Amino acid sequence: MIQPETEWRAHLADGRFMVQRSRSSGSHVFYPRVAEPGTGTEDLEWVEASGEGIVHAVTVVRKKDPADSYNVVLVDLAEGPRLMSKVDGVAPDEVTIGMPVRARILLEGGEPLLVFEPA
Amino acid sequence: MTMANGFPRARTAIVGAATFGIGRCPGVSAVDMAAKASLLALADAGLSLSQVDALYTSAPYEALGGLELAEYLGITPRVTDCNRTGGSAFEVYVQQAALALEAGLIDCALIAYGSNPASNPPPGVGMTRQSPWEAAYRPLAPISSYALAASRHMHLYGTTREQLAEVAVAARRWAQLNPEAAVRDPLTVEDVLKARMVSDPLTARDCCLFNDGAAAVVMVRAERARDCAKAPIYVLGAAHAVTHREISSMPDLTVTGAALTGPQAFAQAAVTPAEIDVVMLYDAFTITPILFLEDLGFCPKGEGGRFVSGGGIAPGGALAVNTNGGGLSCVHPGMYGLFLLVEATRQLRGEAGARQVKDAKLGLAHGNGGVLSSQATVVLGTGDAI
Repeated sequence: MIQPETEWRAHLADGRFMVQRSRSSGSHVFYPRVAEPGTGTEDLEWVEASGEGIVHAVTVVRKKDPADSYNVVLVDLAEGPRLMSKVDGVAPDEVTIGMPVRARILLEGGEPLLVFEPA
Repeated sequence: MTMANGFPRARTAIVGAATFGIGRCPGVSAVDMAAKASLLALADAGLSLSQVDALYTSAPYEALGGLELAEYLGITPRVTDCNRTGGSAFEVYVQQAALALEAGLIDCALIAYGSNPASNPPPGVGMTRQSPWEAAYRPLAPISSYALAASRHMHLYGTTREQLAEVAVAARRWAQLNPEAAVRDPLTVEDVLKARMVSDPLTARDCCLFNDGAAAVVMVRAERARDCAKAPIYVLGAAHAVTHREISSMPDLTVTGAALTGPQAFAQAAVTPAEIDVVMLYDAFTITPILFLEDLGFCPKGEGGRFVSGGGIAPGGALAVNTNGGGLSCVHPGMYGLFLLVEATRQLRGEAGARQVKDAKLGLAHGNGGVLSSQATVVLGTGDAI
């Protein structure tokens, strides 16, 4: 049986941002699961995401030292699914709803991390 | 017996309601508090502990809380539940208790909750895990999730930080009329805006309290309710919906499950939003009453910010909302849902003192759980209202 999170993380460690797609409906799924939500269809396959997205919502977590403040966003992928991430390489206050962004895989604490940067 | 839209309208009633230990309640455990509130609610109803045959509770730090409270009280319930729908659990319990009472499975339901995280801080490990799809981005739980929803509402509808602040100010003005409310000092829109920003657009004053409190209600069938100590407050409708767990999976950040539960509960109750006298909305953060006012039909989608402006939901405003001071200024010990039901009951009984809504006959309690994930709406009415 598919191991959704394990396989997704293995792909990410190989430098690939994958999402799932239903062979029958063609719709994309994220986060990874054993079946398509809503239908229960079990014909999900891994496909590489385009990496293109749009910031759907944004918040900035404020720290005592403003330099430590950081953004948390929800990104709508071009393929359809929405996910949580952060926009890297830009001041937290510069991140706006509607901003086009592109996925990038960082190494953070030795672990691969999916982030976005302004497109 | 008639079932309207899947619910036995006015066939059951709340006959006992109590709070205990609101604010600070040191030196005791959560279950001590839940037991104390339970006994107060039973005394309020003129019923005894031995008559309770159904127990509904949500313990703050004990997954098997239903078993714990049954043991503590020394009762042997036929129905015990300790569900995991977050702060909305208690409105769900009203629905479940009404159905079990109507079916004759049970005769007397006790819904109870106690928690004192301010006086008796919880152990480090909570009852929920961090989402593997969100944790790495370090959202503050749960405020950043609500902040993301607020950001979207502001973007789409022009809702302002001042309008969010109005929700906190209205709650405080109600709290000032409630001797039981934990925080009663003056609060202005300016104070809310100038408070420490935690997760944009929400400041520390946009967030509910984190204090101690316990509450309980007792429900029986209508025939028996008429023999209880106080006027029965009938359960006219109760509906529940779950749309997601984590905010990244919320289908629409500006439309909650209340858009499903509101119409269902109003149809069950055969009333309209315009007829409701007292509206109790789970106010974990200032954005939540705005969303629920819209989704429940008290104003059009997107108009919530304007609806609460200029004291719209404060004492003397267009609609009496969160008359106890809410989670923002009265009590929020982790889960707040049961306090909504107690306040609605007190208002409908005419027991609310300086904050009493004149001639209140219909009330609504709307619970929220998770991060806008679980929504449950209960419509209550006096004997005159049915």
